[in-house]
Amino acid sequence: MKHILSSIVLLFFLNLSLLAVEPDEILLDNILENRAREISSELRCLVCRNENIDNSNAELARDLRILVRERLVLGDSDQEVISYVHARYGDFVLLRPKFFGSNMVLWLVGPISFLLGMLLIYFMLFRTGRVNSSDVLVEQLSDKEKKEIAKFFDG
Amino acid sequence: MLIEIAHVSLILTLMLSLIQFSIPLIGAKHGWINWMKLSDTTAFLQFVLTCFGFFILMRAFIISDFTVKLVALNSHTMKPLIYKITGTWGNHEGSMLLWILILNFYGFLITIFGTRLPAELKCRVLSVQGLISAAFLGFLLFTSNPFARELAPPIDGNGLNPVLQDLGLAFHPPFLYLGYVGLSVTFSFAVAALLQGKIDSSWARWVRPWALSAWMFLTVGIALGSYWAYYELGWGGWWFWDPVENASFMPWLASTALLHSAAVVEKRNTLKSWTILLSILAFSFSLVGTFIVRSGVLTSVHAFASDPSRGVYLLIIVFLFILFALSLYAARFSSIKSVNQFAFFSRESGLVLNNLLLSVAALIVFIGTLWPLIVETLFNEKISVGAPFFELAFTPFIILLALLLPIGIILPWKRGKVANLKSNLLTVAILSVISGSAVWSFQTGGRILAPIGASLSVWIVLGSLFDIVKRIKLFEVTLLNSLKRLTKLPRGDLGRFVAHMGFGLMIFGVSAVSAWEIEDIRVAKLNEPYQVEDYTIQLTQVSEFAKFNYITRQGVILVKIGDDIITTLFPEKRFYPIQITSTTEASIHSNIFRDIYVVLGDNKSQDFWVVRTYIKPFILWIWLGASMIALGGIISLTDRRYRLAMFM
Repeated sequence: MKHILSSIVLLFFLNLSLLAVEPDEILLDNILENRAREISSELRCLVCRNENIDNSNAELARDLRILVRERLVLGDSDQEVISYVHARYGDFVLLRPKFFGSNMVLWLVGPISFLLGMLLIYFMLFRTGRVNSSDVLVEQLSDKEKKEIAKFFDG
Repeated sequence: MLIEIAHVSLILTLMLSLIQFSIPLIGAKHGWINWMKLSDTTAFLQFVLTCFGFFILMRAFIISDFTVKLVALNSHTMKPLIYKITGTWGNHEGSMLLWILILNFYGFLITIFGTRLPAELKCRVLSVQGLISAAFLGFLLFTSNPFARELAPPIDGNGLNPVLQDLGLAFHPPFLYLGYVGLSVTFSFAVAALLQGKIDSSWARWVRPWALSAWMFLTVGIALGSYWAYYELGWGGWWFWDPVENASFMPWLASTALLHSAAVVEKRNTLKSWTILLSILAFSFSLVGTFIVRSGVLTSVHAFASDPSRGVYLLIIVFLFILFALSLYAARFSSIKSVNQFAFFSRESGLVLNNLLLSVAALIVFIGTLWPLIVETLFNEKISVGAPFFELAFTPFIILLALLLPIGIILPWKRGKVANLKSNLLTVAILSVISGSAVWSFQTGGRILAPIGASLSVWIVLGSLFDIVKRIKLFEVTLLNSLKRLTKLPRGDLGRFVAHMGFGLMIFGVSAVSAWEIEDIRVAKLNEPYQVEDYTIQLTQVSEFAKFNYITRQGVILVKIGDDIITTLFPEKRFYPIQITSTTEASIHSNIFRDIYVVLGDNKSQDFWVVRTYIKPFILWIWLGASMIALGGIISLTDRRYRLAMFM
């Protein structure tokens, strides 16, 4: 009896977990389906930790996947589908934050620090190098070393 | 009783660490040799006592001693022995203890390998190590005591999270920790150098082996974690830009930069202050990573605020260490500044650019990981920063880095000539563009990055090969002579070659899988074969049975090309009744050309099952590349000049 019970429980749980995109969701039109996948990778599964709806097992993610496909079949562009979902679920659903408002800081940190770094390198390392046209760049000697050399030559 | 002794031994370790921090430092200031020598003893004792504490905790896990709260909460008698052992660090308290154990292991290693160090430098290094040890032991003992007793021991424990019951995941924390705790040594060396106010090329020679080993372990740890994600999460992704992954990736990027800049210090005795700063930053990223993973701040700022004791303590430690090191750096900046005069076309400037690109990359990962927290704290808004952001913001800098790499290798130190560069690399460049176009024409609707990646990969691999071929004069002298030259190459150069080749192969794997991956999701009927590309897939059987502490449903899938059987795969779905969770076990057939990856899904009706099949071309090259990167690190470590710096 215990055995039968446990196998019933087992079957229930093994069937409980769906896994990402299910066969019945897939669109017949290959191009539309590929677009759906691209869009899905941009949208967050709201109840998961850092998962997009394409890879998520959650029921909500499945609903969103179906929603995305419905919009695509109705003739929405990729951008329109994303805006539609964004309007309903807010910023949290977008895995790629919009280049807008405070998020501009996020996007610009990389490029700006790169440019600043280039400038810094230019002014700190090469500027002096250009003025100094000798082929071998001599290290500057400390005072102590200068004295030692002087001592050496003076005997 | 043993548990209490272990607890006391950790308290003793805390006291020892405080002694190690203070007494030798005072000794160093006044030149009292006996006071300075004390740190050798304390470092040894700290290591022994932490070891003792750690193994007693492990013993409690092995014998399922549920009078220890931690064991009751995280273990179970039914668990296989190996996961009882690895369960020791499969929880917050245990993993912090492992962190401290590894820290003190490194402290002990410094006393062994540091016999050739100037006494003052060594005792200052160990003093900083002592301070780190004290801070984290305090954190462990005051907020996360692993030896707390359970007054009413349960008959059986709660068990370990099934996801952690996997060899790949079980063994990746020790490697990761050997990596990012290892960076504490370079941090301590940097702070010690700042305290002394003196740094020269021998400093770099002492530091570089430590940075190399930490970096090597970090590489292995990250690769293990990524391979685990690949086979465990059920759809074959291998990198998710998850905050936990990013936490280990930031120190990796910083330490990669550090290895390269330390090379400049070693060879040219310049770029010193930047290298010091990088040593500080690399470990700071480790600390921030530890904070991100261990404080629970990830789930949400609010969850963090609801149980702040641990998080706040950790945040204070992390903040103080970084603040202290950076202020010291600012204060001593002028005294360690070196004269930086580079010619534009030189190895040095190539390495400076490498450092800039890696630092910017690390900064992007850093800001992307923390941005949701920042926005939530400042504006009380919830936003997400996920893979699509990182792919767009991070990748361009890695592309630039890959473009720069072969040029940097070919350029000589001090001053190179543009004409030489052109004649040397033109062939390589043409070949790379051709292979990129080839990928472009084969592409099956993948992304634009694929042909770029393929070109870059060929560019790096051929560029590295070209350099070596030139160095050993292959085709110029006899083959035997060339081989002799190869064995005589400095190990450091050989290691560099292997690691760069690994980087090239990895880029190829990443691009190939993004361009040519094939996916097939369908409801398959038992014993009815179907085609996925060239492969015939046939689900022949599905059975259910109990094993260890889980119950599994296992499919048997026959993979054929024509009539030849390629392999039989056994994808599983496991259910762990103790934790009421299930996991998916993909089944994979790997070779260097492609992986066949199958997952068993739900039962639709009687004989109909959902089956997912993925053909992933060249995906193994990602981890092959990562292994070569780590191997390059090991080869470099055996270089003569480090052996000399250590032992002679």
